[in-house]
Amino acid sequence: MAALINVPAKARRGDVIEIRTLTSHIMETGFRHTADGRLVPRDIITSFTCRYNGTEIFRADLFPAIAANPYLSFFTVAKESGKFEFEWTGDNGYSSTASASITVE
Amino acid sequence: MNFWRAIAVATLLAAAPALLAGEIAPEARRSGYAFMGPDTRAMQDDDTSNPGMLFVLDGETLWTKKTGSAEKACADCHGDARGSMQGVAARYPAFDKTQGRPVTLDQRINLCRANHQQATPLPYESRDLLALSAFVAHQARGVAITAGEDPQVKPFVEQGRDLFMQREGQLNLACTNCHDDNFDKHLAGAPITQGQPTGYPMYRLEWQTLGSLERRLRSCMSGVRAQAYDYGAPELVALELFLMSRARGLPMETPAVRP
Repeated sequence: MAALINVPAKARRGDVIEIRTLTSHIMETGFRHTADGRLVPRDIITSFTCRYNGTEIFRADLFPAIAANPYLSFFTVAKESGKFEFEWTGDNGYSSTASASITVE
Repeated sequence: MNFWRAIAVATLLAAAPALLAGEIAPEARRSGYAFMGPDTRAMQDDDTSNPGMLFVLDGETLWTKKTGSAEKACADCHGDARGSMQGVAARYPAFDKTQGRPVTLDQRINLCRANHQQATPLPYESRDLLALSAFVAHQARGVAITAGEDPQVKPFVEQGRDLFMQREGQLNLACTNCHDDNFDKHLAGAPITQGQPTGYPMYRLEWQTLGSLERRLRSCMSGVRAQAYDYGAPELVALELFLMSRARGLPMETPAVRP
C-alpha cells in the first residue's frame, strides 16, 4: 500500500530528528454494521515498527479507535548514515513496508 | 426634485433584493481552506501528512498501468501527466461533443476507459476512480479555476444556478441559504463555508477517505432531508458546473483536507 515517509535527507551527528509516517489503511473497527445488520469484520493495522540500520528504535501498537490512514510521528537521534525501515502489520495477514535513507555528517 | 428622488429610491429598492440574493463578489470569494483551523490547514499543506496524497500516489501508479481489452494505459495516449494534465481539472466539468452535455472529470475518465481502453467503467467513489481523478486534479494544483467559460456549457451553468437557488427537502432550504447568505456562521460546531469546490476530490476527516464533489453535494441534500440525485445525474453535474464557475479565479487545491 502507498505510504508517505518524511525523514530529513541530511542531519548532523547527534541531531534530534523527527520522522513522520502516513500509510493507507481503512482501519475498519469491527464495531460497525451494514445496512442489513451484518457485522463488518475488524480489519486494522495492529503493529508498527521502525528500524534504524537494523536496530528497532520505535514500536507502536494500534487499536480499533485509530483513524483510517494512520499518521505516526516520533523522534530519534541521528547517529550514522543509513536506512530507516518501516513495517506495518495487521489483521488478515496484512503487511506493508517502506524505507528512507539519511546521510549523517 | 422630490419626484426624482422618489424614483431613485424606488429604483434602489427594486434593485436591492437582486443584490441581497446575489452572488459573492469575486474579490470576496474564499476557499473552504480559509474557514479551517490551523491543524487542518497544516495537514493539507504538508504533502507527507496530507492523506489525500496517498490517493494521488495510487493514481500515479494507475496512470501507467495497462488496462482493458485494448491493453492501454492512460499514459499511452496522454504521456506524462505532469505536462498533459496540467491545469486540466480547473476547467471541468467540460462540454463533451458526443454526449452533447458537460461531463465531470470522473465521467471523462470513464469515457476514456470505455472508448480508448475498452475497459469497464469504474464505479463512482471507488478507490481507483478517486485515485485517478485525484492524480489528474493534483496536476492543476495552484491553477485558477476557469470552468463554465465555454459558451456551450452556459445553459448548464444556468440550470445549476437554478438548482442552487431552489429550496428543497423537508427543511426547505436551498444551497444559497447557507452558502451565500450565512457563510462565516456556524452550523452546530462546524463553520459554514461559501461552498467553493476548490479541492476535489478531497479528504474529509469525517469520511476517513477521499470523496468527490458529488458525494459532498449528496450529503448536503440528505442534510436538508431531500432526496439526493444519483451519482452522475445531469442535475448533479449541472450543480458541480455552476459551483466551479462560481469559484472562478480561485486556485485549485486538490487534494484538499476538510473536517
